[in-house]
Order: sequence, then C-alpha cells, then structure tokens
Amino acid sequence: MTFDRQTTVAQMRTGERGRIIEIAGGYGLTRRLEAMGIRSGKKITKVSSMLMRGPVTIQVDGAQLAIGFGMARRILVELESK
Amino acid sequence: MGNPNVGKSAFFSRLTGVRVIISNYPGTTVEFTKGYLKLGEEMAEVIDVPGTYTLEPTSKAEEVATEMLKDGDLVIDVVDATNLERNLFLTMQLLERDIPVIVALNVWDDTKHRGIHIDVKKLEQLLGVPVVPTVAVTGEGMKELVTRIHEAASPPVSHRTRDERWAAVGRIIEQVQTVTHRHHTWLERLGDASVKPFPGIPIAVLVLLTSFMIIRFIGESLIGYISEPLFNNLWAPLMMRLSEFLGSGGLLHDILIGKLISGEIDFIQSFGILTTGLFIPFGAVLPYVLAFYLVLGFLEDLGYLPRLAVLLDTLMHRLGMHGYAIIPTLLGLGCNVPGILATRILESKRERFIVATLISIAVPCAALQAMVIGLVGGEGWHYVAIVYGTLFVVWIILGLILNLTVKGFSPELLIEIPPYRLPSARILASKLWMRILGFLKEAIPIVMLGIFVITILYALNVFDYIANFAAPVVSGLLGLPREATAALVIGFLRKDMAVGMLGALSLSANQLVVGSVVLAMFFPCIASFVVLARELRLKGILAATGIMIAASLVVGSLLNLIL
Repeated sequence: MTFDRQTTVAQMRTGERGRIIEIAGGYGLTRRLEAMGIRSGKKITKVSSMLMRGPVTIQVDGAQLAIGFGMARRILVELESK
Repeated sequence: MGNPNVGKSAFFSRLTGVRVIISNYPGTTVEFTKGYLKLGEEMAEVIDVPGTYTLEPTSKAEEVATEMLKDGDLVIDVVDATNLERNLFLTMQLLERDIPVIVALNVWDDTKHRGIHIDVKKLEQLLGVPVVPTVAVTGEGMKELVTRIHEAASPPVSHRTRDERWAAVGRIIEQVQTVTHRHHTWLERLGDASVKPFPGIPIAVLVLLTSFMIIRFIGESLIGYISEPLFNNLWAPLMMRLSEFLGSGGLLHDILIGKLISGEIDFIQSFGILTTGLFIPFGAVLPYVLAFYLVLGFLEDLGYLPRLAVLLDTLMHRLGMHGYAIIPTLLGLGCNVPGILATRILESKRERFIVATLISIAVPCAALQAMVIGLVGGEGWHYVAIVYGTLFVVWIILGLILNLTVKGFSPELLIEIPPYRLPSARILASKLWMRILGFLKEAIPIVMLGIFVITILYALNVFDYIANFAAPVVSGLLGLPREATAALVIGFLRKDMAVGMLGALSLSANQLVVGSVVLAMFFPCIASFVVLARELRLKGILAATGIMIAASLVVGSLLNLIL
C-alpha cells in the first residue's frame, strides 16, 4: 500500500483512509488519544463529520471513536492513494 | 478492571449474582459495587470498577478505578477481544504493578463474525498470566475463569515507558492475532449512518419522537386499563369501608384516608396515606416510570446514546457542555439522582457543575412528569406542551448563561462509539426491574411520611403561618393562591406529591402550568439535593441553589405575566 498526500483528520473526507503520522498536541492530549488507540502508525478511516466544526468520527482498528474538531486538526495523516 | 464498555458490569453480575446496571455505552458504571464470589471454602469480595483506558486517569470515574486498584489483592482484567491491541495497553500497565492478574477475553462471540482470530494459548504464554475467553452476557467461559482464578500471576515486568509498552503490545498482537476481511453487517451500516449529519439527524428526530410516543402510549394504557380501574373499582370500595369504620372523620381518618370529597374518596385530593399515598407512586407514577425505563433501557443497550451525543455535540458546546452530557441529562429525565451521579463521566469540574445544575433545574424527573401529564394534561395537551417548552427554553438559556459566566472552558468530545448490539431481553428485564424497585423503595416511604407530616402540619395550622409569610411571593409574583405554598414546601420531599397537592387546590389551567414549572425548577427533591451536595461540594451546591431559586422565581413570574 502506498501513501501520498499529507493532511489532518479534520480535513479528510468522509470515507477516506490514511495512516496517522503524528499527533501534534501536548503531552496530555497525546497520552489520552494514545490510550484510546489513536497513535502514530495506525490506519484510520474517517466515518463522519458534523457541520460547523462539530466532532469527527473515525475508525481505528476495531473501534469507532468520536473526537472534537480541535483534536481532529492535530492528528496528521498521510492519505492512502487510490 | 478494564477499558470502558468491555462488559465489566455484566461480568461482575455473572460472578457474584449481584444485579448492576449494564448498558452498551462507555461510562455506565461511575461508582464501584461490591459483591461476593465463593472460591472453594472462601468468600472473596469482588468489586465492579468503572472502566478506564489507562492507569493515568483523565476523568472522575477513571480516578475511582485507579484508586480501587490500590486496595485489591487480585485483578480480573476484562479485555474486549474485538479490540485486543488497545485493551492490552491497560493490561501491560496492570502487569507492571505488583498484583496478580488474570485476563478475561470478553466479547469472544463477536470475534468470530468479525473475522478476528486470536491464539489464546500463545497470548497466555506471552503475557505470563492465565487468559480465558468469555462471553459475560451469556455466561460462556465464566466457570473456567473462576476455576483458574488461583492461577492468577504477577510476572516480573519492570516499569516501562509508553512507547515501550506499545512496542510490547505490538509484538504480542503480531504473534497472536490474525484478522481476515469480511463484509459489513447491516447493524454496522446503520451504526455508520446514524453518526453522519445525514441521515443521522433525521434518524435522531425519528428516534426521539418515537420514544416519546411509545412512552406516552405505554404510560397512558397502563393507567387507563390497569392502575385506575384497580384503584377505582377494587381499592376505593375497600377504603370507603375503612373510612366508615373510622367514623368518616378524625385525625386517624385524616391520616389514613384523608378528606372525603363530596362523600367519596378522590385519589388525588383526599391526601391520606392509604389513598393518595398509594395512588401517586403506584397508580399515577409507576406506569410512566416503567414506560420510560423500558424505552431508555432499549436505547442504552442498543448503543444509540453515544451516537446521539455526537450529533448534539455542537449544540451542547454552546451551553457549556459537550455532547456526552446528553447521557446524564437523559438519565435525569427518569430520576435526577442517577442523572447527577452520571455527570462523573465528564472530565472537567466546570462541566460537571453546569450539567448537574441544569439537570436539577430544568430536567423534570419521570415522577414529576407523570403527575404533570396526569393533572395538566386534563386541561388540554397544549398546557403540557407549555410546561415542557418552558423547561426546555430554560435549559437552553441557563446553559448559555452558565457557559458565559462560569470560568474555564469545556473540553472537547472524546468518546468511543460502541457497535450496535441487539439488546438482550434478560438484561433489559433485569435492568428495568432494578430501576423500578429503586423507584418504589425511594418513593413509597417518602410519599407516606410526607402525607403524614402534611396532615399533622395542617392540623397544627403551620402551613397557614408559612403561607402568610410567603404570600407576597407566591400570590404576588406567581399568581398562585396562598395555599400553594404548602405544595412548594413539600416539593422539597417529593415533586410528584407536590404536584398532587396543587391538584387538590382547584387551580386554573394557567396556574397549574405556573405551579408545575416552578415546582420543577424551584428546589431539587431531598434525594437529588443530597447527591448534588456530595458531587458539587459546599460551594457548588450554594451556587446551584441560588441559581435555582432565582431562575424559578423569574420564570414563574414571567409565565404568570404572559399567560
């Protein structure tokens, strides 16, 4: 599988897939996201996003997680090329 | 112990036979529950602990979990087999502690149709502790787990950094787990659809409307076909005989039967322990409590509530909360006590304060609602709509105000969305039974005691004194007769009884609306007050009480002016 364009989870489109390269947040956020399975190297699929900078739902491994828009902006991913 | 929503409570219930509330969303358990398990000759104390992703807690419920670990002699680490990698992180942390661990590989049945294969023997060998596949909901594997508890071990693992831990988890996963591709089930498709703005929002509207209609239908049917006929045709004649036997008057008669209304017993107006005292909890409120918890239980077990939280998150942020606050709020519609307790799933103190205050002011409990529907509904459904509409507007406006005035900021949403699961009838029934029993245990003694106290206070003319004192506010601002003061005072004990007292005053429809709204907002009942005081501490409860009194007077006066 090859990866190309870099973006953030906030900017991914619904249904797009990618791989997390970095969580650009403080220690607290990184630690919390990590404990829930959101960490660099993981494959990620965007399931949905709400209007007006609402929460973003993602799928990582077997779990679906809803994260705030601010967090979604801090998760950098490289998109899986079609 | 284990991650949130892996089935710890179901597991606990199976082990000890103690009934606890089990739902399909993270954060069902916010307190710990104790039970006992027979291990050979010994009785072992088992504790159900709130879920946590890590031993470095981030919410109050997680703090409870980490605190409990210090007192334990052995940990049963419940792991979600469909999400092994993430769950093993906590397992790693537990293994680093000096405490024996046994791992339960729960939700084992789901691994098969999810295409996940786990080599249990290998996992056991790599972790150095026993690993038993289990399905807590059905009881599969529980026996084996119990027989192997004595094998629980604390392998010599030194403290590691987070990265080292994840690396260790990664190596284990590589060796024990294989995932094969499989197609999405219709439940998964529905799950994905209901967190998208479209069709998620129309689905949410449909779900809420349907829930409301089902609750109303069940509640009304139970009252119309069962509880009222029972009370009117069976209980009333019996009570009339007792009334005659007691001489149709006197203090004892007033306490037990109450006042006869044109020679007959009126279950709302008579206000005796055996008439109104039984009718309010059993006849008027229980049918709605049953209907409400049946529908709520179904939505909980299906896994819908976290999805609703995602859809409502943007709106809730404007009110100083995030979307997950919808769960305590919905629980509050049943009874404020579990609602306020459930605020522990929220991370910040500020958010807990806002949500708990809003629940105690603007979220009417099922008991109050049942009485409002019964009494105000008799005057016309649009009056009931005014009561609900007013409380909803108060919830919004007060939320906006609190969001602007309370210091700090609301953290962002961060929750796990559980897969939809078809609710198990056994768990639904058990949960409904627990909640109904909880309601009856709480309501009956207080209603009876309350009626006893009211009758005595009336006989001693105490209410007259209070009524004179409060008349300027009650009559002047709220436009209610002086006698309504007694109902407002009794609202402190139980709201359903207080609404019943309003019913005995032959108020106009508008006065009933004002009275119901003020009663709902004015002061929490004693049970919720105690919980509120415990959760918010002294400073918080003083602030909350001040807001309540001010808000109810303002809103009551406004309603009185408008209507």
